[in-house]
Amino acid sequence: MLLLIQYMLIFASILILVALGGCFSEHSGVINLGLEGIMVIGSLGGALAMKYLPLTIPAVPYVLLVILCAIVFGVAYSSLLGVASINFKADQTIVGTALNMLGTAGATVAVKAINTAANPNDVSSIIQYINPKKKFLINMGGFEFNWFMLITLIVLVVAYVVLYKTRFGLRLMACGEHPQAADSVGINVYKYRWAGVLISGAYGGLGGICYILAGVSEWRFEYGAAGFGFLALAVMIFGQWKPHRIALAGLLFGFFRALSNVYFGFPFLVKLNIPGNIYNMMPYIISLIVLALTSSRSRAPKAEGIPYDNGQR
Amino acid sequence: MAEQYAIEMLNITKRFPGIIANDNITLQLRRGEIHALLGENGAGKSTLMSVLFGLYQPEEGEIKKDGKVVQIRDPNDANDLGIGMVHQHFKLVECFTVLDNIIMGVEPTKAGFLQKKEARQKVLALSEKYGLKVDPDALVEDITVGMQQRTEILKMLYRENEILIFDEPTAVLTPQEITELMQIMRNLKAEGKSILFISHKLAEIMAVADRCSVLRKGKYIGTVDTDKTSIEELSAMMVGRNVNFHVEKKPAEPGDVILEVDGMTVASKVHKNNAVKNVSLKVHAGEIVCIAGIDGNGQSEFVYGLSGLEPLVSGRILFKGEDVTKASIRQKSVMGFSHIPEDRHKHGLVLDYSLEDNLVLQTYFQPEYTNKFGFLRRDNIRKKADELIEKFDVRSGQGAVTSARSMSGGNQQKAIVARELDKDPELLIAVQPTRGLDVGAIEFIHKQIVAQRDAGKAVLLVSLELDEVLDVSDRILVMYEGEIVGQFDPKKTTQEELGLYMAGAKRMEVQA
Repeated sequence: MLLLIQYMLIFASILILVALGGCFSEHSGVINLGLEGIMVIGSLGGALAMKYLPLTIPAVPYVLLVILCAIVFGVAYSSLLGVASINFKADQTIVGTALNMLGTAGATVAVKAINTAANPNDVSSIIQYINPKKKFLINMGGFEFNWFMLITLIVLVVAYVVLYKTRFGLRLMACGEHPQAADSVGINVYKYRWAGVLISGAYGGLGGICYILAGVSEWRFEYGAAGFGFLALAVMIFGQWKPHRIALAGLLFGFFRALSNVYFGFPFLVKLNIPGNIYNMMPYIISLIVLALTSSRSRAPKAEGIPYDNGQR
Repeated sequence: MAEQYAIEMLNITKRFPGIIANDNITLQLRRGEIHALLGENGAGKSTLMSVLFGLYQPEEGEIKKDGKVVQIRDPNDANDLGIGMVHQHFKLVECFTVLDNIIMGVEPTKAGFLQKKEARQKVLALSEKYGLKVDPDALVEDITVGMQQRTEILKMLYRENEILIFDEPTAVLTPQEITELMQIMRNLKAEGKSILFISHKLAEIMAVADRCSVLRKGKYIGTVDTDKTSIEELSAMMVGRNVNFHVEKKPAEPGDVILEVDGMTVASKVHKNNAVKNVSLKVHAGEIVCIAGIDGNGQSEFVYGLSGLEPLVSGRILFKGEDVTKASIRQKSVMGFSHIPEDRHKHGLVLDYSLEDNLVLQTYFQPEYTNKFGFLRRDNIRKKADELIEKFDVRSGQGAVTSARSMSGGNQQKAIVARELDKDPELLIAVQPTRGLDVGAIEFIHKQIVAQRDAGKAVLLVSLELDEVLDVSDRILVMYEGEIVGQFDPKKTTQEELGLYMAGAKRMEVQA
């Protein structure tokens, strides 16, 4: 049971972080379908940090450095989306898709190159982080507390406050709803859209490193983020682009994802004799059902997906 | 000493590809006056205001504020100079509250956090002072158009703007709201604000403005004091000739029945009841039958049912004696239905298509425009488009290849009229054909409609404008809550009498 909660919280953390990233980007008016790719690149940044940082650094600065590295990678990668969709006014859906394909492929190539450079016989795309991983965990009597759970909580509160209580949030959302209105009162729409995209890069990178640290102790980069970026988009839509509802949606999806890891720990579930694959499919099936049922009522930021051109006002 | 103006735009010239939008225009706004800017659609009013608001940079000319030359590079500069604008299409974020919309861009903050309390007090004080009733906590998407406009006005007042621009503010308002707005403008003037009022509605200008500057086809025509002029003089200045406010036409000579509607019932999309209830009417060749009524009494749905945009619950439609109840829109079109729809953007044009493609939307499949291999014959399409553009005086930046979206509303409407009339229909259904148009274009379209009638066509006109109803039609049917409640001869009735039937105060049995 404790294990179920532990997994639920860690999976929910990933989904909430990434969904919040999407939330910032979409509130600024840019659809970020590239979250999956951003997660991969963010996790690459974090994994490289763990590979090269000396383990002698104490836990707290070590964790912060790894996270910072993941965020920097995520932000840098998301700037591709910014340049293409804000400055060059490209189709955001296509740019996002390209980011996803490039993310996994690019990370795989990079890791393989690093591995072969260190050992000519090693052409795997795996980075190991058995020992670094321990720094992220605190064992509390059977419950493995993960730093990311706390970070997610903080980031969630910050996101809520920033969106609804600050000038930045008001202006950001205006740019995603009605950029012409924002422009007419002197708000620089491009600037706020860039801010939204870069914030989503930071959150995506953070979610990425959280993801590869959640379960195993090594990561094979060919796996990408196994669709978690898309699951996070579903969480964002189910959460109606609102941080507090995203948190609830994240917990729900996290629960089903966790179930697939630990269902064999519950005798009554084992007795049902459902194949494990079904549990693995659950989060994805649930997201399909949930989106089919809720998408007609969902209210996305009105101007998202439409490149802003201040010559056409 | 020279007179002090609040704002002066001197010799402004602004060119766009293929068109000179403003040609050496001078506009001087005195302090504390309401100054109207009058012109037809496409005369350059909006461009001039965009220049003043910093959205466009003029190629020539200068802007002076209080006698000093100023540079306005973007809306922020305009704002700093105290210039505010209520745009024709409101610039409001629908899912924000009224208060959020007002403070957006000039939010009071402490360390980046919004301080809405003091903002709310300031908004409430302003709303009290100028009689601008708003609910600061309501979401914009939930409030009336009138309140949205008051929100826009409060946006300017909150910024302590001294020069207020109203771009076609009455186009979207009900008559009561227009009266209120006029009073608000007078209140603002009394508080020393200078107002630029852009309009093509002459009666409103005469009612509220002190002076009026007139533009025509991008050129400055002149400025007159409204108490020393007349509606006729202003309209002549605007269109460059004397305008006939009354439609010249000879008595109708109704022929055979062209359209017969028998017991039509159409469901409503907004409520559970039927929008059109058991309506029967006949339209003869050579007559204009007009359906009058207050907006939302089933006229739109009646036309949807007639044209095939909505299915009928029950009833029959006969066209020259043939049952066309189940006929498709294409079939009806080919048989001789023409339809000038109510919503020109939704049902009239494909906005991202070129003008020429829009002009053949209903005929492109004919051998004249499509060869036997299924390819479009662009040369013939271009020839037809150029012919119609010439004949109906459709003005646009680049002629036949202009995208419909970039054309002014009046010219979009002319394009639709051109397309529908060129089909040489047996029956013309025209819904609000002159909505939002200026007097010159209205006169033109009315003439075309009467010409169709004189050529022996049946015309069914749906209009909300009583002037138009009385002027153009040969027979008036009043629709109230989905039923025909009165039939009138336009020569023997008055606006007041029609009003009683339109409001449901009276009704008669009609055998139309």
